[in-house]
Amino acid sequence: MDLSSINPILLLASLMVAATPILIAALGELVVERAGVLNLGVEGMMITGAICGFAVAVETGSPMLGFLAAAAGGALLSCLFALLTQFALANQVASGLALTLFGLGLSSLMGQGYVGIKPPPTAKLDIPLLGDIPVLGPILFAHDVMVYVGLALVVAVWAFLKYTRGGLVLRAVGENHDAAHALGYKVVRVRVMAILFGGACAGLGGAYISLIRVPQWTEGMTAGAGWIALALVVFASWKAGRVLLGAYLFGGVTVLQLNLQAAGVDIPVEYLSMSPYLITILVLVIMSADRSRAPASLGRIFHASG
Amino acid sequence: MLRLEKRPQPSAFWSWLTPLIAVVVTMIAGGLLFGALGKPPIEAIRTIFWEPIFGEFSFYYRPQLLVKGAPLVLIAIGLSLGFRAGIWNIGAEGQYIIGAICGAAVGLAFYPTESWVIFPLMVLAGALGGWAWAMIPALLKVRFGTNEILVSLMLVYVAEQLLAAMALGPLKNPEGFGFPGSRNLQQYPSAHNAEIITGSGMHWGVVAALVAVIFAYILLNRHILGYHIRLTGQAPRAARFAGVRPRLLILFCLGASGALAGLAGMFEVSGPTGQISIDFNVGYGFTAIIVAFLGRLHPVGIMLAGLLMALTYIGGEIAQSNLGLPAAAIQLFQGMLLFFLLAVDVLTNYRVWLTSTEAA
Amino acid sequence: MKLTNLLTGAALALGLATSAVAQDKTKVGFIYVGPIGDGGWTYEHDKGRLAVEEHFGDKVETVYQESVPEGADAERAITQMALQGADLIFTTSFGYMEPTLSVANKFPNVKFEHATGYKTAPNMSVYSARFYEGRAVQGHIAGKMTKSNIVGYIASFPIPEVIRGINSAYIHAKKVNPDVEFKIIWAYTWFDPAKEADAATALIEQGADVILQHTDSTAPQAAAEKAGNVITFGQASDMGEYAPMPRVSSIIDNWAPYYIARTQAVMDGTWETVNTWDGIGAGMVGIGEISDAVPADVKAEALAMKDAIASGEYNPFTGPLKKQDGSDWLAEGETADDGTLAGMNFYVEGLEGDIPQ
Repeated sequence: MDLSSINPILLLASLMVAATPILIAALGELVVERAGVLNLGVEGMMITGAICGFAVAVETGSPMLGFLAAAAGGALLSCLFALLTQFALANQVASGLALTLFGLGLSSLMGQGYVGIKPPPTAKLDIPLLGDIPVLGPILFAHDVMVYVGLALVVAVWAFLKYTRGGLVLRAVGENHDAAHALGYKVVRVRVMAILFGGACAGLGGAYISLIRVPQWTEGMTAGAGWIALALVVFASWKAGRVLLGAYLFGGVTVLQLNLQAAGVDIPVEYLSMSPYLITILVLVIMSADRSRAPASLGRIFHASG
Repeated sequence: MLRLEKRPQPSAFWSWLTPLIAVVVTMIAGGLLFGALGKPPIEAIRTIFWEPIFGEFSFYYRPQLLVKGAPLVLIAIGLSLGFRAGIWNIGAEGQYIIGAICGAAVGLAFYPTESWVIFPLMVLAGALGGWAWAMIPALLKVRFGTNEILVSLMLVYVAEQLLAAMALGPLKNPEGFGFPGSRNLQQYPSAHNAEIITGSGMHWGVVAALVAVIFAYILLNRHILGYHIRLTGQAPRAARFAGVRPRLLILFCLGASGALAGLAGMFEVSGPTGQISIDFNVGYGFTAIIVAFLGRLHPVGIMLAGLLMALTYIGGEIAQSNLGLPAAAIQLFQGMLLFFLLAVDVLTNYRVWLTSTEAA
Repeated sequence: MKLTNLLTGAALALGLATSAVAQDKTKVGFIYVGPIGDGGWTYEHDKGRLAVEEHFGDKVETVYQESVPEGADAERAITQMALQGADLIFTTSFGYMEPTLSVANKFPNVKFEHATGYKTAPNMSVYSARFYEGRAVQGHIAGKMTKSNIVGYIASFPIPEVIRGINSAYIHAKKVNPDVEFKIIWAYTWFDPAKEADAATALIEQGADVILQHTDSTAPQAAAEKAGNVITFGQASDMGEYAPMPRVSSIIDNWAPYYIARTQAVMDGTWETVNTWDGIGAGMVGIGEISDAVPADVKAEALAMKDAIASGEYNPFTGPLKKQDGSDWLAEGETADDGTLAGMNFYVEGLEGDIPQ
């Protein structure tokens, strides 16, 4: 055992990278859930985004276009979910599960010509002076652009929900859709927009895996990241800032676990991997006593009877 | 503009017709998809829906429909009780895993003793395991008001990790050359959930599923508890006046669905699958949620929906190897079927009007 | 699920009927554990299938089913292929062992080939590759090339095949570089790109400048490329898109020659149960081109070792070797027997840490 071989600076830096895909996807789902919609199709949208982004990046040679396409692909797939739950008033849990099934199938079909190809590299945002600062440099200033996009998104979602009128309407819709409807807000429109945003974010998160993190295309490559993103939203008790914390915790447990192994520490891997979920349940219980609980209309079907 | 008006009662007519419409629409859309992939569309659809039931080798596939459908029906029946009362257990996959682990562990503990008591004990352990796992979200909900959707979902991941730990650790086959996975229960007669009539596909899990369907039907239609469940789902406030005790109902619904999911896992591990392995669970717990909805939360509907899902699995497998359709195309096809089924359900609960002005 | 007299009877009758009809074409089936687009294990098996098609042309028909879960679903998939008149069925994952055996008992006229298992039947063979021979070559290159003297190893599951690979690589790295140290991470997955990337990064951050992997994705290659100055080896497939750096060589699963030979045997009526464990010599294990990033003398040594293993002149597990606990394993000049290798559950002397139990 040699714990000194773990470099905490590098550990933190790689933790940020590991956390980015689930962070972005979870932020999208957070907005969806704050609008009162539970979309369990995150995994399906992520993997669809992963292949859309990969294919476009390979064809055009531009990773940025790839990310745009990933967002578009994720949003397009989420349209199906919006159609089912908002217009056909189908059950959200079942629709979300169907979306995951559909997305996994669709992505493997789309990706058949892209196995074993290397995507164009995404530029690293090496800020010349800041990146050289000891300790903070490698942690904060030597990542690819998307890491910063993810962080910016945390701030944006937080500010949107807290300070804008749009955010207020969105939260009102999520808390009590009948009251929001009575106040004249377009419940369905707000929710559809939230769902599309969620889809776009999930797509981006997926593309981060296929274009930067791995980077290659293989079927089923998101390997459950979408489900972790769902857990993350709950863990964060529907607050953007806590999503960031949660993403680092969830990403961190994996990274730390691997680092401990490499350092020769004998650890029970499976039990450690359970811990984020157990912590999430604990957080849920603590939160239930607190006032900051789940959006009250979460998962309920809205039908304007008036 | 289309306008929806809620029906006072779900339409019985549409609730029977909509699944048929959905299946037909899926066949058309699926045919287009298969055609686009360069496969003969009609042949592909025929292979998926016809071949397993009436094809040349249907003597083998028909029993397999039972084997594949039974766990789905068993789990979905349990879930539907809660869903009707607005209690959302979506962690059946986890309860299924725990049921399998408990059942297998009891069986393996007796190895190699042969006795008729072993199998009943395993059944009991499986049901108890699933029940206990479901009691976690139930008790948390009753005690702290914690959201059961999220807790039960989190517990799926915990159960998956536990499964891996068991397959690599305590339950690992000591004669398995170090490979992960337990002993094969199929080769341990006392613990083997064998076919009751050989060649029929009828193992005890199929029997349990049938019994569950009948019990659920009687419970919902003839028993006061079933009345309470339905009332709570339709009008929670009225239910309280009618003497429903919501906490007890939560404990009952989650407990029952957990026990049934645990049973399904136990019958699967001791029968068709045979052993605890890292990839033991193949998503029955999640698919069962879809089956419950496809069956309109009605016991008979769930039975039919479970068989339909089993049909697309088995037919899809045949289409893969006979026509070279990629597995992904079958997955996509199943996704479409579910989408259409969910979408047309709106006709059951709502009347659709064409109006000239925008709906309010 | 269970063997049934009814089924056997019917299947026999049908089997006879179908084989009479399809006499001109031999039907070969493949059961895959992953999607054919996984770029690794299943991808290489499918390349073997395509090679069979190409080799025999009109004389064969191949069918496959991908992403078949191990267990009840596998048994049905295999039975279905047998029912549809397959003459020869390859089941390409360890977890298919029991289902294959069970179906083989029901269809005595169909030949079955199970990869990486240990159970056989009169109509069921097993085949596997001596990947550890390739690991020896990798270990040699790794020992010569490392500057930090730390070699990272991404292992999948603690099973004999993986442990053999670790031991073989370590023995040969140590031989040319007594200071070498192995850091091993058990990823508990064969394929999870994100986790593999994390594992590679963790190893690199802890000073490893050589990464060996027993998982199938190219994620570790990409992580090494990002880090720079780290070398890697392709696993299962060549991963040539990462040559010449970081990927300096690779172990390639080459199933094609075996699949062609076995199909030929069925056609000729000479098929019989075998327990095949082939390595570099028979071409089942391929060593991907050693890139120019490796100095010429190291490359020459590596190739010489490859040839010596291929010809049978050299066995990677040749004594004197001790086990990790210091007890004797192989005496001077003694070579390991296949039985010990097949069930290998110990590290050789010098490796640190315990094999997870």
